[in-house]
Amino acid sequence: MSVVLEQIFQVGFLAAIIRIATPLAFATLGEMFSERAGVLNLGIEGIMLLSAMTGFTATSLSGSLWLGVLAAVLTGALMGAVHALFTVALGLSQHVCGIGVTLFSSGLAYFLYRLIFGQQSVPPSIKSFETLPIPVLSDIPVVGPAVFNQFSLVYMAMAAVPLAAFVLYRTPWGLSVRMVGENPRAADSAGVGVIATRFQAVILGGALMGLAGAFLSMVQFNAFTFGLVSGRGWVAIALVVFGRWDPWRSAGAALLFAFVDALQLRMQASGLGHIPYEAFLMLPFIFTIVAMAVMSRNAVAPSALLKPFRREER
Amino acid sequence: MFRLEARTSTPAWFNLALPLLAIGATLVLCSGLIALAGAGVIDAYGVMFSASLGDSYAITETLVRATPMILTGLAVAVAFRAKFWNIGAEGQLLAGAVASCAVGAIPMPGPLAMLLMALAGAAAGAAVALVPATLRVKFKVDDVVSSLLLNSVIFYALMALIEGPWKDSFSGYPISPPIEDSANFPVLLEGTRLHLGVVAAFLAAPVIWFLIARTTLGFRIRVIGENPEAARYGGIHVERVLISTALLSGALAGLAGVSEVGGVHFQVMSDISPGYGYSGIVVAMLARLNPLGVMPAALFLAAVMTGAEAMSRATGVPAFLSDVIQGTALLAMLVALLFTAYRIRRVGAAR
Repeated sequence: MSVVLEQIFQVGFLAAIIRIATPLAFATLGEMFSERAGVLNLGIEGIMLLSAMTGFTATSLSGSLWLGVLAAVLTGALMGAVHALFTVALGLSQHVCGIGVTLFSSGLAYFLYRLIFGQQSVPPSIKSFETLPIPVLSDIPVVGPAVFNQFSLVYMAMAAVPLAAFVLYRTPWGLSVRMVGENPRAADSAGVGVIATRFQAVILGGALMGLAGAFLSMVQFNAFTFGLVSGRGWVAIALVVFGRWDPWRSAGAALLFAFVDALQLRMQASGLGHIPYEAFLMLPFIFTIVAMAVMSRNAVAPSALLKPFRREER
Repeated sequence: MFRLEARTSTPAWFNLALPLLAIGATLVLCSGLIALAGAGVIDAYGVMFSASLGDSYAITETLVRATPMILTGLAVAVAFRAKFWNIGAEGQLLAGAVASCAVGAIPMPGPLAMLLMALAGAAAGAAVALVPATLRVKFKVDDVVSSLLLNSVIFYALMALIEGPWKDSFSGYPISPPIEDSANFPVLLEGTRLHLGVVAAFLAAPVIWFLIARTTLGFRIRVIGENPEAARYGGIHVERVLISTALLSGALAGLAGVSEVGGVHFQVMSDISPGYGYSGIVVAMLARLNPLGVMPAALFLAAVMTGAEAMSRATGVPAFLSDVIQGTALLAMLVALLFTAYRIRRVGAAR
């Protein structure tokens, strides 16, 4: 136990938590916006992968890291628009479309990557961002170097959480998003454009998923590898449920997951622990399934989730 | 002017026309990627066709590849008929593979081993599918998310097994010990990989069709999918039928795992399924949830997968084209299904 405690209060360990949590936070917030508007986006796994690929490629070809981030965000937004076109405009089944978007985007990501970079024995890599220490704050012992000497994308994730909460709860647009997710009929009567709002929320969600992908290929691994996302999109789906569709709770859930994951990596590295590390990797999924069963008594999911809106149908 | 108009019934030829339309649209759309890769579209598709269906050996390879997708396709088709949204065929397949591998490693007479492998695999798949179904019936938990998340749980359980107790102590590779030679499914055609499981899968499709179309359980499955209120009013125990559907669906997906272990790999490794569970969704949708349609739909995907490797070698177009085709076909089919709900009618010109 004491070994565990020692591990926790190390700069490297805290920094690892933050880095694991960052892509999950982006992805979770993205999925949350989409679901709050009533659209489940199971395309997330593929959207993250395709964005990771375009971001990496743009940087690799242009030499500009921010151009890569932009490419990833635009890719995510575009795929969000595709998902919205099928599920919102055409009203097609959200989960089947989501699986379709994931299959399509993953296939396209691998296809284009192989086309552009060919089959190389050493996968191409890029020189990633430098860390950006925040003056004064980064001098705080332990916490400072772990939290305030990070990459700019990490700071963006930290800022994204309160920003998402503000947008969702304190702006007219956020109100519209919540309305079209809870009661599209009432929103429509109140003059809110249901289709337009859902489109916007799913596109914004896709852009955030794009940022998550960019972080993976451009900061965490500095390369695009096969199986780069390896289920992180599905984790985000779980975290949204676990975080009860709230930005703060979802981000908290991402941190909790990152903590368990970082601990698991440490224990694996130190040869400690007789528990197989897969047991830890399973935890978020099992927790979420149990949480869904417990929470179902007080339904918190957006009421109109999975339900297409057609004005003429009553 | 054209106008969309709601349709009340669909003609029977739609069952054939819509998948063909979707597949046609998919091949046209994906030809852009072939051109992008600098290859001739006709050439690439030609190689794909001849390498998957051009000679008898190629055909057997395609049949072998289609087998797990027929079974997962049936699993998804049965579940979706009852509007039990089973996205978990992948996990159920893996569970079936693990269970059948454990049974197949026990020395016993071959036929008995194969029978027990099938039973164990089907039971394991059914057990996994029971979880989202029970959660939905008892706790009103969304089956889409729970069945999807279970895939990851089962995958990590499999990894824990093959990196732990099952790890090959000799090579250190994370692969399970092989099943007994006597448990290997017999090869039906000398010099090919055409195994007993292939025939079983092709027999399963008409059996499941009969079950859905002609039996009481099948009738109940269809009714709770189409109109649960009416089903309840008519005295059908909706929850019980949903659980039965889940067990049947999970068992079919589990059998896909059995077939891969007994007929193709003879052991379990992390990549035993390249996403056959998700492909099952594509297959079921292309088949319009008709168990008989699952066979040609699975054959189409299998031909694409088998042909893509050869196409890649011959033309340099990355073999990942087959993954793009799968995703595009699913989306195209969903759009094509709009024609079942709406018809396009010219307005204004008449009158």
